[in-house]
Amino acid sequence: MTYLHNIGVYFLMIKEMFRKPTKWSVLKNLIFKDIEDLIMGSLGIVAFISFFVGGVVTIQTALNISNPLIPKTLVGFATRQSVILEFAPTFISIIMAGKVGSFITSSIGTMRVTEQIDALEVMGINTINYLVFPKFVAMMLYPFVISIAMFLGIVGGMAACVYGGFSSLEDYVTGVQMDFIPFHITYAFIKTFVFAFLLATVPSYFGYYMKGGALEVGKASTTSFVWTSVMIILLNYILTQLLLS
Amino acid sequence: MIEVKDLQKSFGESHILKGISTTFEPGKTSLVIGQSGSGKTVFLKCLLGLFKPEAGKIIYDGKVFSELSDDQQRDLRAEMGMVFQGSALFDSMTIAENVMFPLRMFTKQSKSEMQDRVDFVLNRVNLEDAHNKMPSEASGGMQKRVAIARAIVNKPKYLFCDEPNSGLDPRTAIVIDNLIQEITEEYDITTVINSHDMNSVMEIGEKIVFLKNGNKEWEGSKKTIFKTDNEAVTQFVYSSELFKKVRQMYLEERQ
Repeated sequence: MTYLHNIGVYFLMIKEMFRKPTKWSVLKNLIFKDIEDLIMGSLGIVAFISFFVGGVVTIQTALNISNPLIPKTLVGFATRQSVILEFAPTFISIIMAGKVGSFITSSIGTMRVTEQIDALEVMGINTINYLVFPKFVAMMLYPFVISIAMFLGIVGGMAACVYGGFSSLEDYVTGVQMDFIPFHITYAFIKTFVFAFLLATVPSYFGYYMKGGALEVGKASTTSFVWTSVMIILLNYILTQLLLS
Repeated sequence: MIEVKDLQKSFGESHILKGISTTFEPGKTSLVIGQSGSGKTVFLKCLLGLFKPEAGKIIYDGKVFSELSDDQQRDLRAEMGMVFQGSALFDSMTIAENVMFPLRMFTKQSKSEMQDRVDFVLNRVNLEDAHNKMPSEASGGMQKRVAIARAIVNKPKYLFCDEPNSGLDPRTAIVIDNLIQEITEEYDITTVINSHDMNSVMEIGEKIVFLKNGNKEWEGSKKTIFKTDNEAVTQFVYSSELFKKVRQMYLEERQ
């Protein structure tokens, strides 16, 4: 029953997020601040992880191809498919659930604990719109982060492949271009938009409705990470089933 | 004017407010006093609409709060100012931005008009040099004064303060009390203050409502509280040694 109640409250929060919008002159500053915190602030870690995980995917693929009949171009092909279909949209989103999600939960949760949300409420402000909507708008730029992750994942793979001596640059690039299906990009970005929505709203829910003090803010951040990850994995499966099978 | 009629509020099995009725008049500083756990904060949060009471009515100048739509309640809240116990300043904004916030949200004033108003209210609370400080750089007393400035900047009709003196030294507490009273009289605001500080009662208690276990035990003013025979009020008032001695001297003088 508690789960059903929480799901209901979550959807009511989503509805409230679009009601009685905050004044544009105030909202635009909040959006820019959230773009800086959530999107720009994540680029460094995303770039670092993408580059090196792309390299690891390439090395592991290359080491598992021992049969001389299998062309070397398969390394580039497998890296591209892994990075575009799964690693960039899903794996990076799980990492973002930790980085961005816990930031959102703890910042909103701290505002709850220190009565800042009550202060906004007393002023007659739609606090859910004020706090959550700018994060939702900022996270609509999340596909930009994922594009960078895709690009750097493939570049990282190329660097590992060429400098590790697993295949030539030509073979890798040929593999990356081989049998390219444009719908896979569409599929990846549909997933990305859904995950962006989850990354903005699920942690906001846990921050906004938390009760207690500083300790509970920490607990809410952890719970938010767990549930955002669960939702990402679950919807990843459902969307893959719907779009690719 | 705020009228409260038979206000009741529970959390699960625990009945916090058990039917409180009273009125708060404009231009007067009203104090809600009582021991910790008597229901003061819940009462104040019900007045503000942060808690929904199970029964009873809160009437703001003829408008029954519970009968208003969500949007009408928000519009009414724009006429309220609140000073929270912990000040509740927005820690990502400077002091001037904190004070300017209600103006940016609810008025169409130009930036220079807003700036003038912010300068005026910060001067009013004796913080003319604190514009660019962050709340974390301000002392407790300064934070309280910023909270008061933010609460009055949009010229509210109703001002609520939850324990405005908590954590302050006695001298600063008196400054805050006097400031609230002056502002209340100056702008004809209906002010309700939650407190358990007897100094506040003596300074600014034009109307006093004493709560005990969620009931209104007594109602009066700073002039009558020291003469009441109500045992609960007497125990509360004379819980400090200083007040006991003052009472003893008063009784000896009368004899």
